Amino acid sequence: MPIEEVMERQLEINPQAVSKTGESQGLTQEEIKISVKNLHFYYGKHKALENISMDLRPKKVTALIGPSGCGKSTFLRLFNRMNDLIPHARIEGAIRIDGKDIYGKDTDVVELRRKVGMVFQKSTPFTKSIFDNVAYGLKILGLRDKEIIHQIVEKSLRGAALWDEVKDNLSKSALQLSGGQQQRLCIARALAVGPEVLLMDEPCSALDPTATARIEELIFELKKQYTIVIVTHNMQQAARVSDETGFLFLGKLIEFGNTDKIFTKPDNPMTESYVTGRFG
Amino acid sequence: MEIHFDEELKVLKEKLLRMADGVQEMIGLAVQSLVKREKALAEKVLELERGINLSEVEIEDEILRLLARRQPAARDLRLLTAILKINNDLERVADQACNIAETAFYLLKEPPLKPLIDIPNMAHLAQKMISDSIVAFVNHDAALAKNVCERDDAVDQLNAQIFRELLTYMMENPSSITRAVDLILVSRNLERIADHATNIAEEVIFIEEGKNIKHHLLDEG
Repeated sequence: MPIEEVMERQLEINPQAVSKTGESQGLTQEEIKISVKNLHFYYGKHKALENISMDLRPKKVTALIGPSGCGKSTFLRLFNRMNDLIPHARIEGAIRIDGKDIYGKDTDVVELRRKVGMVFQKSTPFTKSIFDNVAYGLKILGLRDKEIIHQIVEKSLRGAALWDEVKDNLSKSALQLSGGQQQRLCIARALAVGPEVLLMDEPCSALDPTATARIEELIFELKKQYTIVIVTHNMQQAARVSDETGFLFLGKLIEFGNTDKIFTKPDNPMTESYVTGRFG
Repeated sequence: MEIHFDEELKVLKEKLLRMADGVQEMIGLAVQSLVKREKALAEKVLELERGINLSEVEIEDEILRLLARRQPAARDLRLLTAILKINNDLERVADQACNIAETAFYLLKEPPLKPLIDIPNMAHLAQKMISDSIVAFVNHDAALAKNVCERDDAVDQLNAQIFRELLTYMMENPSSITRAVDLILVSRNLERIADHATNIAEEVIFIEEGKNIKHHLLDEG
């Protein structure tokens, strides 16, 4: 029997293999930035995520790992409602950021996406100058004062560890930057609008090891100010950068906890199999 | 680029150095308790051991964490595996110091068998080997580490000499046997401490040059 089937059977036999909420982690309200409670998500009839509950702590890096198709990117995109436009997609349960249900009727989605920024797998610079890429979101938000815009662009580029490399060439096209620089530009663009949470969907998968190391060092810096959720199929990356790790399999959260523990002595045998490369 | 991993390695090395300091203090106190015939010094050795044991476990946990999370390569990998072993050697040295202290408790109840000359000499050599192996580790000094390995023979010779001398005491006077055997044990403890120093020095050479010189592997080609 293939190992994946064995794992699926184990999941049926052992359904208690699910997540810890803030209560069982002993977290207070102030120690929770994002709270996910009994979350189910469907693409039409297909259940992509099943009964996920977890609490993400502020100014920490939470990594989501799991084999392809386990639902980790789908899950990440729910945090700033990027799945809203998908036809027949449906959500049950709740995601609260700072205690507020982001799927509530009074949620302003534009404001939510300002607060919860996103960086994608492939860098997506606009065909504009470096400066305009970072200033874009500010102009959309109605900011006109050039002096202030300039200050924020510099601060954001510094925050993304790109300033020193581009400060003399801000009017250069963003497309002339290297892949790693483009990805850091996208991070700067996300920082410019003053987010509190940064979602990163495989931010290094298109980068070489050196550029990857730079982004990882940047993540260490960024977590001093931001709550970061990163999806990665690179387990080693999750081990290096995150404080807490959630392992998803077939749309279920199999184990969630301290990254040290997940990678040295996980509780669940399925997590053990995955992090040791036995399946997935 | 600032490398976060370097910072973690630095903290780990500092922990190891603090442990090495404690271990060296324990050897000194244990031997002094015999020479000065002061029980309080031997008691202090046993008190210090608890801290060393905690350090050992803490360093081991930290290395396990770093291996799992950082996936070190090349020099970093050699460094972490070497620290894991040095950590173990230092803890064993602390055990040897405790053995000496425990023997001292018995010896101090009895009149001295003979003036102690070779044992303090041997203790001095073994202690210096430990401290130099740690200096070699800190300063990335493979030459000093090799020098430490070479000094092990002198300690072994002293150990053999002390054994022969105490044998004559025992043959002459059976009532000296218990005390003489205890002194032989102390000498043996010191000889083991020098062996651990040699192990540490060998690890330093492994970190610095990537060569395993254990059991004279390189001599045999």
